Amino acid sequence: MARTPHVVVCVKQVPDTTEIRIDPKTGTLQRAGIPSVLNPYDVPALEEALRLKDRFGVRVTAITMGPPQAKEALQRCVAYGADEAVLLTDRIMAGADTLATTYALWRALVKLDAEHPIDLVICGKQTIDGDTGQVGPGIAHRLGFQQLTYVIRLREIDFDRRTIEVERVTETAREVLRSRLPAVLTVVKEINKPRYASLPNLIRATRYEPIVWNGQNTDLDPNLCGLKGSPTIVSKTFAPPPRDHQCEMIAAADLDQVANRVVDAVLDHPVIRRLREAPAVAGVAREAAPAAVRGSGG
Amino acid sequence: MAGESTPQQQDQDFADYRGVWVLVEHARGRVNTVSWELLGEGRKLAARLDVELAAAVLGNQVDHLVDEAFEFGADLVYRVDDPVLEYYRTRPYCHGLSSLIRAYKPEILLLGATSMGRDLASAVATEVLTGLTADTTMLDVEPPPSRLLLASRPAFGEKILATILCKHRRPQMATVRPKTFAMPPRERGRRGPVIDAPLGLTEADIATKVLDYVAEEHYGLKLQEADVIVAGGRGLGDPAGFKLLEELAEALGGVVGASRAAVDAGWISHEYQVGQTGRTVRPKLYIACGISGAIQHLVGMEKSDMIVAINKDPRAPIFQLAHAGIVGDLYQVVPVLTRAFRERLGGQPLLSA
Repeated sequence: MARTPHVVVCVKQVPDTTEIRIDPKTGTLQRAGIPSVLNPYDVPALEEALRLKDRFGVRVTAITMGPPQAKEALQRCVAYGADEAVLLTDRIMAGADTLATTYALWRALVKLDAEHPIDLVICGKQTIDGDTGQVGPGIAHRLGFQQLTYVIRLREIDFDRRTIEVERVTETAREVLRSRLPAVLTVVKEINKPRYASLPNLIRATRYEPIVWNGQNTDLDPNLCGLKGSPTIVSKTFAPPPRDHQCEMIAAADLDQVANRVVDAVLDHPVIRRLREAPAVAGVAREAAPAAVRGSGG
Repeated sequence: MAGESTPQQQDQDFADYRGVWVLVEHARGRVNTVSWELLGEGRKLAARLDVELAAAVLGNQVDHLVDEAFEFGADLVYRVDDPVLEYYRTRPYCHGLSSLIRAYKPEILLLGATSMGRDLASAVATEVLTGLTADTTMLDVEPPPSRLLLASRPAFGEKILATILCKHRRPQMATVRPKTFAMPPRERGRRGPVIDAPLGLTEADIATKVLDYVAEEHYGLKLQEADVIVAGGRGLGDPAGFKLLEELAEALGGVVGASRAAVDAGWISHEYQVGQTGRTVRPKLYIACGISGAIQHLVGMEKSDMIVAINKDPRAPIFQLAHAGIVGDLYQVVPVLTRAFRERLGGQPLLSA
């Protein structure tokens, strides 16, 4: 190998969404005091890079775009074993949607690539706060790297021949793809079982200061960053619409009576009754039945 | 990316962008039904905007898919038929769909929020530099002149819905969760005009090759397609409880599902999970046993036609969603219910397949 291969892992610091509560009156988020964590889907992405480090001695760089405190997520990556970490932070990046995010990350990756050519970028399949899964593919497209998403197994990689072979999961199949480096992978959680942070790495992480880049030294056009550079905007947020019916509570002296009344209610439901009375010729026609009719109180 | 301009400062009227498009997703000749669900919903949007509803069909020898798209409501079909498109791969599909967008300018483009739809939509939105809303569960449009797509999606662990707009770029793109919208009626024999476009790529241009494709009989898919689901949650208290649920499911001709609590407890595999991190389902009958009704579960099954809940706790949130509720110990209720269904159905499934 002419040079040490370079694997970059894109990560994000996210609010622990399980802790977020909604104010039932206003329908707004109560975010104060919510702890931040390294996006759980990013941990197996990092692990996959660290396995390449174990096998091939690759250099592993973690990168994130975020506010200054996102440094903590990068320190976490160093604790797991990342060699270096880059924090892309600038006020102009605030409020970015996925298109503006991939713009900024793309510029930073180009800068990183110029310093040490990138062979592979690995991302988690999505974040737990945005849940879009759009940033990995967006980066791949902007970089012109091969886009390989929902990877469940990295079967083979050859940094000299510039080839990679992965297994990818879809809703109905498992595909084996062969492609070329450089590539961007997004990985599913099932790809591996992440390691624990080692003690020396933990110690290194506590003192570790990431490389900090801003809009200027990554040559960003401020008009394409953050809220300004985002084609999508949130126009409003609201609590999910209330249910439109009453639940019929079934109670009776003995369980047989209860059970029979449940059976009655099921058989009497308009949608079920209609389907039972007029069994359609083809499965498709049955699916075509209007599904709206809700239960009694609707 | 040359010529990228500021998305929030343009003030175009986009008069040349018209029409609602749905990307028809398929693998090995089989359509993912989310595409037809989107034609059903797209029809409503097109009607409000007074424009045509179009299907984009990319693939190799896709005539049968084109016919089906018309039967499920497309007014016209944009077709890219090329051997290179035999299997889904990002690069050629992105190239084909982006070329169609540039040539024929839809104002709205909808795709399924599936592994293929998300992969493709992300690449296309980056290529044409437009806004993309992921995982939408509600769609609407503002009437002309604004014509804006109102794409609403759950956020922050499903606790809140957010409506996303894309004002200054076209098309307005969204991926939509399967089973969010009902299947439209199928009109056999319905046809319309087809516009063919060339792909403009050859196999030599594409670095990624599909070496193997193994169809997996995912249980999750069976779950998603089922008409009757009997699901268990934390209230089961024990993996053995699923045996009871299986018997009830069998008596109904249905399948078994689970809440995240049951999966996390290790009682049943993740494939059975209904809800935010599992499958979204839309059966005719959903029986929730020992499921309290965390919002993350409810969003995955609230579109079921009829919901029956069995829970010890009368204040469990599941009862707010259910149509019929039984407060009681599921270990006592379920066997009796199974017997009652067996007797009344005479050994036949509740709904014939």
